Amino acid sequence: MNDVNKQTVDYSAFPDERGHFGQFGGRFVSETLIYALDELQEIYAGLKDNPEFQAEFDRDLAHYVGRPSPLYHAERWSRELGGAQIYLKREDLNHTGAHKVNNTIGQALLAKMTGKSRVIAETGAGQHGVATATVAARLGLKCQVYMGAEDVRRQALNVYRMKLLGAEVIPVTSGSKTLKDAMNEALRDWSTNVDDTFYIIGTVAGPHPYPQLVRDFQAVIGREARAQCLERTGKLPDALVACVGGGSNAIGLFHPFLRDESVAMYGVEAGGDGVDTGRHAAPLNDGIPGVLHGNRTYLMEDENGQIIETHSVSAGLDYPGVGPEHAWLKDLGRVKYVAINDAEALAAFRKTTRTEGIMPALESSHALAYAEKLAPTMDKEQIIIVNLSGRGDKDILTVADIDGITV
Amino acid sequence: MSRISQQFEQLSSAGRKALVAYIVNGDPVREATLPTMHKMVEAGVDIIELGVPFSDPMAEGPVIQKGHERALVHRVSLTDTIAMVAEFRKTNQHTPVLLMGYANPVERMGYASFAERAASAGVDGLLTVDLPPEELEGLKQELASRDMDNIFLLAPTTRVERAREIAAHASGFLYYVSLKGVTGAGHLDIESVKRKLDEFGKLTDLPMCVGFGIKDAASASAVAKLADGVVIGSVLVDAMGKMAGRPAGEVADAVGAIISDIRQALDNL
Repeated sequence: MNDVNKQTVDYSAFPDERGHFGQFGGRFVSETLIYALDELQEIYAGLKDNPEFQAEFDRDLAHYVGRPSPLYHAERWSRELGGAQIYLKREDLNHTGAHKVNNTIGQALLAKMTGKSRVIAETGAGQHGVATATVAARLGLKCQVYMGAEDVRRQALNVYRMKLLGAEVIPVTSGSKTLKDAMNEALRDWSTNVDDTFYIIGTVAGPHPYPQLVRDFQAVIGREARAQCLERTGKLPDALVACVGGGSNAIGLFHPFLRDESVAMYGVEAGGDGVDTGRHAAPLNDGIPGVLHGNRTYLMEDENGQIIETHSVSAGLDYPGVGPEHAWLKDLGRVKYVAINDAEALAAFRKTTRTEGIMPALESSHALAYAEKLAPTMDKEQIIIVNLSGRGDKDILTVADIDGITV
Repeated sequence: MSRISQQFEQLSSAGRKALVAYIVNGDPVREATLPTMHKMVEAGVDIIELGVPFSDPMAEGPVIQKGHERALVHRVSLTDTIAMVAEFRKTNQHTPVLLMGYANPVERMGYASFAERAASAGVDGLLTVDLPPEELEGLKQELASRDMDNIFLLAPTTRVERAREIAAHASGFLYYVSLKGVTGAGHLDIESVKRKLDEFGKLTDLPMCVGFGIKDAASASAVAKLADGVVIGSVLVDAMGKMAGRPAGEVADAVGAIISDIRQALDNL
């Protein structure tokens, strides 16, 4: 928690070779999966700095995903708020409508290298499931996506998108029927079909090496944003804001800036009904370190170590854990983790739609709501970059439902 | 010598195979567990594996998942599970009991506190599915200093070098997971079990038990020919789930009947 630590950490040296970020991360899985993780780690270690692999990844990002994504100056909104200038990193304009595809493109290339014929994924809001189904369609891989039955209900559009793309969506009815249970089921599937199956994890959680490789694939967001900001304004931003469920869009934006000490960073968790009500999905604000889904991180759990049900209006943030690198960055004090509740996120959804003509995902709306609080406390010359991690089309039915409207 | 090691020594000198049996504490109701444990011993179980209910039992198939869910309806915890062993020990000091579960409840209690409370309750060992040797720091010493065994899994995918390392950390016995998959799966392949056991057996003097996918006397006999013992679980948990709502004594009897069958088959080998 002290600044001395913060300044002496070589962020690029983490995770260590066993996948640890300080006390967080690691590889807490059943023995059957260790071999598959070793294999993945070896393949990735061999390709990470391989120029050909990188070139293929970059080519796909440019011509299939449509990168670089724009850095858009939200002038009207900034003027209204009367403080810092807000720039939006437009990950919503990526193919499939969110940042998730950056990672699935990367992992699909790895899957191709391993020669496995089938991919599986877990999904919450369905964005990662759609992004996985998309790359699977393109590579001709068999694809099955695990999705909590509750999420299947509230994200019907994405479920149908996945089916159109040729994936099979398997509703998970165990536990709380949301993202965490989908991940349990995907891990069970992987243990069973480890010989022919590649597990495409959608966030910077799970056992090592996933938090590292998902971060590396998503870091294109921050690299672009850093270069775009310097080019447009001649300086670095003063603050970065991104929503955090598992935390892949946030780590993607933050990581290339970690050494820039002047850049403040805010990870925005889902406050649900309010952090003080206990009905939320904000483990970094109101959790404690524990072990789930293969890594040690901050978790929402009860006094007996049982994982508790989370609550958020946004399915993509409805997860009781968080990527281990975020847990570490919190304890180092490098990133500040805050929470935005459902009502604030919904207000920001409407505000951004009406003021800038951009309809954000409910996940991203949490980051926008925090930027709305932060901007007026800063000078007009200062710059905030908000990661607009996904578009809001998938949430229209949820918002309509809240408005009492049947579309 | 730990109670588990003593048990294997006695079994070995009697030329018998170990029958290790798993149930979930508090499944289907709290009252069922104690009479079921005693009935298990009476019917021929050598080591009891008492499952610690967890909200996210990632290595379990649907049958044992439901067992965990039934126990969690009554909020059965690790603390309760340790207390259950203490109850059991009031009338049984000879049957080894090990706790099987996941890392997080143990983390939450704290390694030192867990080891102290478990040891004084008469728990003989711990099998934590998601705590491989490389993440053991802290817990290993706490268990060893109290003579509690650390039981590890070996899998069909475990490479020999790694198996050697795991065996070096293990005590009590080694638990070979007979198939790629979750508990209660239905694709047991005896030939592949034999191949791996031949390979791993050379690495250690520890007894080797085999579990996952053993559901009846026939599969238990087939596997027991290759190993020092067999582990059964899903078949018991399934029966207990079907008996939910019935008196505890009936639940225990149902479990006892399944075990007697398997015990007899093992003793006829």
